[in-house]
Amino acid sequence: MSNIHVTTTVNGDEVEFLCDPRETLLDALRDKLNLTGAKEGCGTGDCGACSVTMDGRLVCSCLVLGAEAEGKQIGTVEGIADGETLHPLQQKFIEYAALQCGICTPGILVATKALLEKNPDPTETEVRYWLAGNLCRCTGYDKIIRAVMDTAADLRRAS
Amino acid sequence: MDYHIATSFDDAIAVASKAQGITRFLAGGTDVLVQLRADIVTPDTLIDIKHIEGVKDISRESDGSWRIGIAVAGAEMTEHAALMADWPGVVEAMDLVGSTQVQGRATLTGNLCNGSPAADSVPAMVAAAMSATVAGPNGTRQVAVKDIPTGPGRSSLAKGELITALHIPARGTSSGDAYLRFIPRTEMDIAVVGCAVNLTLDGDTITSARVVLGAVAPTILLVQEAANAIIGTSLDEAALTALATAASAACNPINDKRGTIEFRTHVAGVLAKRSAKIAYERALANTGNSA
Repeated sequence: MSNIHVTTTVNGDEVEFLCDPRETLLDALRDKLNLTGAKEGCGTGDCGACSVTMDGRLVCSCLVLGAEAEGKQIGTVEGIADGETLHPLQQKFIEYAALQCGICTPGILVATKALLEKNPDPTETEVRYWLAGNLCRCTGYDKIIRAVMDTAADLRRAS
Repeated sequence: MDYHIATSFDDAIAVASKAQGITRFLAGGTDVLVQLRADIVTPDTLIDIKHIEGVKDISRESDGSWRIGIAVAGAEMTEHAALMADWPGVVEAMDLVGSTQVQGRATLTGNLCNGSPAADSVPAMVAAAMSATVAGPNGTRQVAVKDIPTGPGRSSLAKGELITALHIPARGTSSGDAYLRFIPRTEMDIAVVGCAVNLTLDGDTITSARVVLGAVAPTILLVQEAANAIIGTSLDEAALTALATAASAACNPINDKRGTIEFRTHVAGVLAKRSAKIAYERALANTGNSA
């Protein structure tokens, strides 16, 4: 079986790659496009470390084939900052030390950004349920949740 | 693996009918890709059915029934206010499947065709008396959702056949549904027991009911004795006790690390009572004005 030619848009830039039909979007992002922000934790959709958005919808890129990205809009953690200026969520994660090893952080940032775009004023319970598919084995989640709640409050004040 | 993007259901059927070896249809992919990557099932032919016209649509038919496209993701159902108002049990059951990320991809049809006896959406679909349009090389047929799963990982679909749409009956007034499951934590787990109830009232008396259990037998169970226990009652304590007894009596569960036979059997009765109470409250509140 020959490779499939895929044209897609990642963080606003049109990109092309060739992939094996069995290759996941996560593999394509990391190995073909050198976007290594999305991480492979479990490879089975349980941990959320590979979270990206596809046409605005939060998905695990390990559960999407590279070939399925054809014609889609993909958003990764690399597209969250504005040049050298970090996104408020990224600033707040640093301020709260809402990470230790950092493997889960790109996925949590992508997932949280998607939540705040859908619901700018989430309750703590809503944040915890939304992020139930993003596993963190270091922080115990508390700092992450506090960073998200504080960012949401800041963004509401700013808007 | 040959990856084929189907342009129509006829195209998908033609490719699937001719394919050698293992064929899988790709909609949400949240089971197919996991099995592929774990080397459990490596399809020789993978047919992507998300590009067929209408598969992403949720539509209400003129008779009040609903048609759910086979590539509609769980999140799209949860965001559909009118569907949620009519069939909260079906929508909430689907919403219990996996994480936010999985909800962005996973489909009702996929949850059904994966054939897990613990699938959360299937008891709710059967309680709702949902049906599927199945198309194949020999034409199209309507099949009750209840008759699709035949055992763990197995379905009654023949080679070359696939579901082309799911249908939920018209809600009607004074009726309601609910689904509850037991898991050892609050989110991201597989049902140890699941129970869906769908019922209709005349005044405060139950005139019809469907009680369905998941994860307590090789397939989901539509328990007529449990329905009989509450039909003709106003869901009083005696009816609830009889409902729980009938639900528990129907169980034929496995014994595993996630739940013993005794535990699953007991919890089936508890969940039947709780689901029935929620469905009953929803039926009382359903005066038909929302539609």
